[in-house]
Amino acid sequence: MTVKMTRREALKAKAVAAASAAAGISTGAEAQNLVTDREITELKWSKAPCRFCGTGCSVMVGTKSGRVVATHGDAKAPVNRGLNCVKGYFLSKIMYGGDRLTQPLLRKRDGEFHKDGEFEPVSWDEAFDIMAEKFKATLTEKGPDGVGMFGSGQWTVWEGYAAAKLFKAGFRSNNIDPNARHCMASAVAGFMRTFGIDEPMGCYDDFEHADAFVLWGSNMAEMHPILWTRLTDRRLSYPDTQVAVLSTYEHRSFDLADIPIVFTPHTDLAILNYIANYIIQSGRVNEEFLRENVRFQRGRTDIGYGLRPDHPLEVASVNSAEANESDEISFDNYAAFVADYDVDTVSELSGVSKSKLEALAELYADPDKKVMSLWTMGFNQHVRGVWCNNLVYNLHLLTGKIATPGNSPFSLTGQPSACGTAREVGTFAHRLPADLVVTDPEHRATAEQIWKLPAGTVPEKVGAHAVLQNRHLKDGIINAYWVQVNNNMQAAPNMMEETLPGYRNPENFIVVSDAYPTVTCEAADLILPTAMWVEKEGAYGNAERRTQFWHQLVDAPGESRSDLWQLMEFSKRFTTDEVWPEEILAENPDYRGRTLYEVLFENGQVNAYPLEDIDDDYANDEAQHFGFYVQKGLFEEYARFGRDHGHDLAPFDTYHDVRGLRWPVVDGQETPWRYNADYDPYVSEGRKIDFYGKPGGRANIFELPYEPPAEAPDDEYPFWLSTGRVLEHWHSGSMTQRVPELHKAVPNALVYMHPLDAREMGFNRGSEIRVISRRGAIRSRVETAGRNRVPRGLVFVPWFDATQLINKVTLDATDPISKQTDFKKCAVRLEAV
Amino acid sequence: MRQSTLALNAVAILVLSAGIAATQSDVAQLRSAPLAENAEAPPMRAQMDTDLRQVRNYPEQPPVIPHAIENYQVDLNANKCLTCHARARTGQSQAPMVSVTHYTDRDGQVLGAISARRYFCTQCHVPQHPDDPAVTNTFVDIDTLLAEEAARGAQADD
Repeated sequence: MTVKMTRREALKAKAVAAASAAAGISTGAEAQNLVTDREITELKWSKAPCRFCGTGCSVMVGTKSGRVVATHGDAKAPVNRGLNCVKGYFLSKIMYGGDRLTQPLLRKRDGEFHKDGEFEPVSWDEAFDIMAEKFKATLTEKGPDGVGMFGSGQWTVWEGYAAAKLFKAGFRSNNIDPNARHCMASAVAGFMRTFGIDEPMGCYDDFEHADAFVLWGSNMAEMHPILWTRLTDRRLSYPDTQVAVLSTYEHRSFDLADIPIVFTPHTDLAILNYIANYIIQSGRVNEEFLRENVRFQRGRTDIGYGLRPDHPLEVASVNSAEANESDEISFDNYAAFVADYDVDTVSELSGVSKSKLEALAELYADPDKKVMSLWTMGFNQHVRGVWCNNLVYNLHLLTGKIATPGNSPFSLTGQPSACGTAREVGTFAHRLPADLVVTDPEHRATAEQIWKLPAGTVPEKVGAHAVLQNRHLKDGIINAYWVQVNNNMQAAPNMMEETLPGYRNPENFIVVSDAYPTVTCEAADLILPTAMWVEKEGAYGNAERRTQFWHQLVDAPGESRSDLWQLMEFSKRFTTDEVWPEEILAENPDYRGRTLYEVLFENGQVNAYPLEDIDDDYANDEAQHFGFYVQKGLFEEYARFGRDHGHDLAPFDTYHDVRGLRWPVVDGQETPWRYNADYDPYVSEGRKIDFYGKPGGRANIFELPYEPPAEAPDDEYPFWLSTGRVLEHWHSGSMTQRVPELHKAVPNALVYMHPLDAREMGFNRGSEIRVISRRGAIRSRVETAGRNRVPRGLVFVPWFDATQLINKVTLDATDPISKQTDFKKCAVRLEAV
Repeated sequence: MRQSTLALNAVAILVLSAGIAATQSDVAQLRSAPLAENAEAPPMRAQMDTDLRQVRNYPEQPPVIPHAIENYQVDLNANKCLTCHARARTGQSQAPMVSVTHYTDRDGQVLGAISARRYFCTQCHVPQHPDDPAVTNTFVDIDTLLAEEAARGAQADD
């Protein structure tokens, strides 16, 4: 009672002061009447996809006098119907951090570039001069293997496309990879192995159709909040629906769980095989579906851990060179294999009670329950992440619960355009657009033909993936390196042994393009100030194959320029004579002496659309600069890869009008459920279901075992470390830490640990401790309460906090097939500071 | 395994000693220590508990929570927030009623109770911790922007 009175008194006393101070309204303004003149009060509202996660919510952006003044959820968008999460609601403020980069910065000493110099502002000309000098010197000395680029699932579609073209065709190097490698690579490999085509067959409409939801290691409540609202809506509005949540610790998604399951790290592999066994043993296999649509494969085992080749675990592994191979087997072979995964064995291995395992398995086995499986980093960031993806598809294929509304194995995506750009455009080290790969001569020929480039321009050699790029930087194999739209010093594993020594290797020249001075910028030699989000025209593709466009709504500050402008402008500094081999030029003399800009972007296709095509209501800085509608030209050229090949995109202009469309878009119609004759025009005549990415339209069920993780707790390092994200911050926090409300919501990372572990170690809540692995350490604070409840022997530390770089501690072990890091499992010890 | 890791560490330390010398220009505004070092972790702070409403940046912004919500139960069984903020409870609690937008379903149809899609309050509404952010934000709200423009216009008229 007393407390309440105090609060009310305080409220009264401070109300006036608080109101005027917070709004920055002068007393004069307050005294005026309300402004109602529509000419003054009207805001310009435009749609844009959210800048953050792979959900791909649409937001309405309100601008006035060249500034974003408000944002809210787009009521017309099928994805989010007017809702945003807290990050999305604060999009208005992400471009206005006080330390926006507005000029190129170069490390200099005595007026010259110096690796150990201090950052000094330079002109774009000087920035590109030194950058071109370093790239040319490297190309001359080392060839295409010496240059590299690390890009992003946050690139717009055309930025990723231009970057891939510049590297794969211009510099003739496949050393380009996106940060989506850390995020979705295991999902990609899982799709390719099981279905032969990337990305989910289902869509978000499955949320309104499913009877049961199973979250495999995903914390959707924090990482995909708006999809969580759709799932919550379904669960609470229809009380017969059920939610199972599996994780290595309890988090916010457990608040909705009917079947909450905490399992011992890495034993998800065994649980998945147990469920398959349960389906078979209980006679609930959908035999007709199997006969028509499935074949069985035995995958290679003992495939290593993606560590450096001299690591004892790699030396000891048998099949690391052929990790992705498999052989066809029969259903009986497969059934006999999973029979070992009985409930007793798996319960003991996983620490999950038999009753919970059975309740979970029954969701899949029950023929009357439509099941949606959902996963992101719990599966993908896993040294057997591809296997996890394959194994969950097994469950849906065994029961035929797939590609129909509500029956949906759904790989959630981390980044806003991990699908649209990283995967569909093919900015991975092994890929080309529309699921083509550099290792296939026909695929390379297709790319060269669409790009109007000489045969042999695109190299066959698979480039260095994310983790390998850092190793190559450290070893001095890659010497000229460009980072765009990511913060990999903070994001990549094993920072102290690999990333930091790699960037600071005196042999290397590191360029980082960013809107803000991140820790990656700090490790760079040249920083390029970059336009972000609605400061440029863009396109993203979300997790349900929905491609969404936005216009440039405001101008970028100072001299900052978009990634697209930077890529295209930089390409003007190279001629084919400098970067292509004599044999290609000799056979194609027309290409001699031309700039990469001319051959890549002034090819009669990219520059085919005039400025008049641009919507009069919006600015377009890149188009004005280059003299043609750059984004439209790049998009239309790119779209040629997928049209009539199962990846059809609509015409460019359509996307500015609609709230996105889910590819394939055929005859103006999007495709909600692929492989299903009722919805997908690519399904062969006479088939109900057709997995047309694989021969005979048959998907693969994989026989794959439980194998141990790369590192597990022992006497010296007795705790598991799992890392991850929080709702209030996007990835490394470079945008959200600059929004005061989001920063104050979650100012710092914490070490979530079990209260009994803390007591045993002599820690209190809030104690400062060191988290130490064999590779590095951080200082942080103990949290024994809060949103996560971890089991004994495990700690969870989020990675958004630039002051506590938890990737100093993590291990750079990857899935050997996908090359994606396992950020969820390594061994640490804890010490009081 | 450990021996090889130790060997790797030794290499890393050698390379890093060059690195530490190199990164003296600290541009990363969110950090106070060089990349290779670890500063003291800021103390944990309790959630702000003033009950003073914070002005929104724009009308559609979900208000931040001006009081502590530690240990609030919001799950399948109960929603503690609604014990004060539900329409029927606001007379007694004098807390703000949840917005009318929260009573509509995906299609904008008004329901008899709060929409299930809005059930988990902390997806949009977050408590605050006392802190002085390392980086300012230069967002300008619409009232200030209009006032500034009016002032500029008045000056131009003079």
